[in-house]
Amino acid sequence: MIWKTFLFLLLCFVSIAGISFPIVENPVHWYQYPMIKGLEENAKIIFFHVPTAWLTVVAFFMSTVYSIQYLRKKNLDDDAKSYTAAQLGIIFCILATVTGAIWAKFAWGSYWSWDPRQTSIFALLLIYGAWFALRSSIESEEKRASLSSVYSIIAFLTVPFFIFIMPRIMLGLHPGAESIEDGKVVQSASPVVDFKMNGNMLLIFFLSLIAFTILYFWMWRVGYKSLIYRDKILKQSSRG
Amino acid sequence: MHSKAFALFLKDFRSELRTRYAVNSLAMFILVAISVILFSIGQEKIPQSLTGGLFWVVIFFSAMSGLARAFVSEEERGTTLTLQLIASPSTIFTGKLLFNLILVFLMNIVIAVLYSALFDEFVIRSFYLFVLTFVLSNFGLAISSTIIAAIISKAGSKGTLYPVLSFPILLPLILTSVQLTSNCMVGTSFAESKVDLAVIVCYDVIMLTASYMLFDFIWKD
Repeated sequence: MIWKTFLFLLLCFVSIAGISFPIVENPVHWYQYPMIKGLEENAKIIFFHVPTAWLTVVAFFMSTVYSIQYLRKKNLDDDAKSYTAAQLGIIFCILATVTGAIWAKFAWGSYWSWDPRQTSIFALLLIYGAWFALRSSIESEEKRASLSSVYSIIAFLTVPFFIFIMPRIMLGLHPGAESIEDGKVVQSASPVVDFKMNGNMLLIFFLSLIAFTILYFWMWRVGYKSLIYRDKILKQSSRG
Repeated sequence: MHSKAFALFLKDFRSELRTRYAVNSLAMFILVAISVILFSIGQEKIPQSLTGGLFWVVIFFSAMSGLARAFVSEEERGTTLTLQLIASPSTIFTGKLLFNLILVFLMNIVIAVLYSALFDEFVIRSFYLFVLTFVLSNFGLAISSTIIAAIISKAGSKGTLYPVLSFPILLPLILTSVQLTSNCMVGTSFAESKVDLAVIVCYDVIMLTASYMLFDFIWKD
C-alpha cells in the first residue's frame, strides 16, 4: 500500500512538474527549466519519451531472460513472466514510437525519417508483433512456451546488429549519432546534441525514469501473478 | 553423424527431384517477382542504388516462398517421429541446412543472372566483393530460414507466419547486404567494405551457433 501511494505521488509530481514548469531563457527559480537551443518547448517530452523507450528495452531483455529460464527449467511460471514482460514491452514500444514521432515532427520536421534509433524501435515492434503472432498460433501450452522462448532468444541475438550496423548505414538525428557536416562525417554537434540539462531538469528526468520503472515492475508482478493464478484455477476446475 | 546428415540431405534431394515442388514454385516465384518489378518500372529510368535494394527484395520474398518447406514436409508426411528415433537433433538440422543451402544458392544464382540480364542499371563494378557478399549472405539466409522453418513446422498456421517471423531476424542481414551491394555497384574497394563483411560473418556465426543450441528445444516435444 505504501509503495502504491508513493508511486502515485511520484507519478503525479513527475507529470505536473514535467508538463507545467515553465521554460525560460535564464532560469532563476528552482522550478524553471533552461531554454535549450533547437528544442525550446519540445524539450518537455523528454520526461515521457525516454522512460518509455528505456522500458521497452528492459521489457524485451526480461522477456528473453525468462525465456532462457523457461528452457532451462521447463517451469510454466517463467513463461508467464516472459509473456507479461513482452505484453508490457509492446505497450511501451508503441508509446515510445508515438511520442518519438510527435517529438520528431516538431524537432526534425517530419514524423518519421528512418533515423537509426527509429529503425531499431521499428524492428523491435516487428519482433514483438511476430512473437505474439507466433504465440497465438499454438494451442498447446508447453509447445507455445518452448517455441516462443526459442524465437525470443533468436530475436534478441539480432539486437546488437541493430545497435552496431544502423549508424553505419544511415545518418542519425538522435543525440550522439554521427552526421554529415561540410561533407565530413563527424560526431554530431547539432543543437539537439549539445543540450545541457540543468540540475532540476535532470532531477525530474531521473525521477520520471525511476517512477516509470517502478510502475513497470508493479504492472509486471500483477500481470504474471494473475496469469499464474488463472492457470491454477483452470487446472483445478478441469480436475474436479 | 556426418554420414547420417548427408543421408538425410540425399533423401530430401531425391524426394525433391521426384516432386520438384520447391524448385518449381521457387522458379515461378522468381519469375513473378521480377516481372512485377519490370512492369511497375515500365519505361522509367530507375536510379542505380534502387536496383540493388530491389535485388534483395526479390531474394527475400523468393526465400520466403520456398524455404518454409524444409520441416513442414516432414510434419505433413508424418515422418517426424521416425526421424526423431533414428538421428540426433543436430544431425537432422545439419541435413536440413545442407538442403536449404543448396536451394538458396541455386535460387540466388538464378536471380542474380536473370536480374543482371534484365536490368541495365544493375552493374556490378567490384565483382569479387559482390561474390563474397553474395556467398556470405546466402549462408546467413539459409541458416536463419532453416531455424525459423523448424519453429513454423511445430506451430499451427504454417504459410502466413513464416515471412512475419523471418523478417525481423533477417533484417540486419538484408540491410547490410543492401549496403554492400550498393558499395559494389559504386565500385568501392575491399578494404572499405571490410567492416560490413565482418558484420555478415558475425551474423552467420551467431545464428549458426544459436540454431544448433536451440534446435533441440524445438525438435523434442
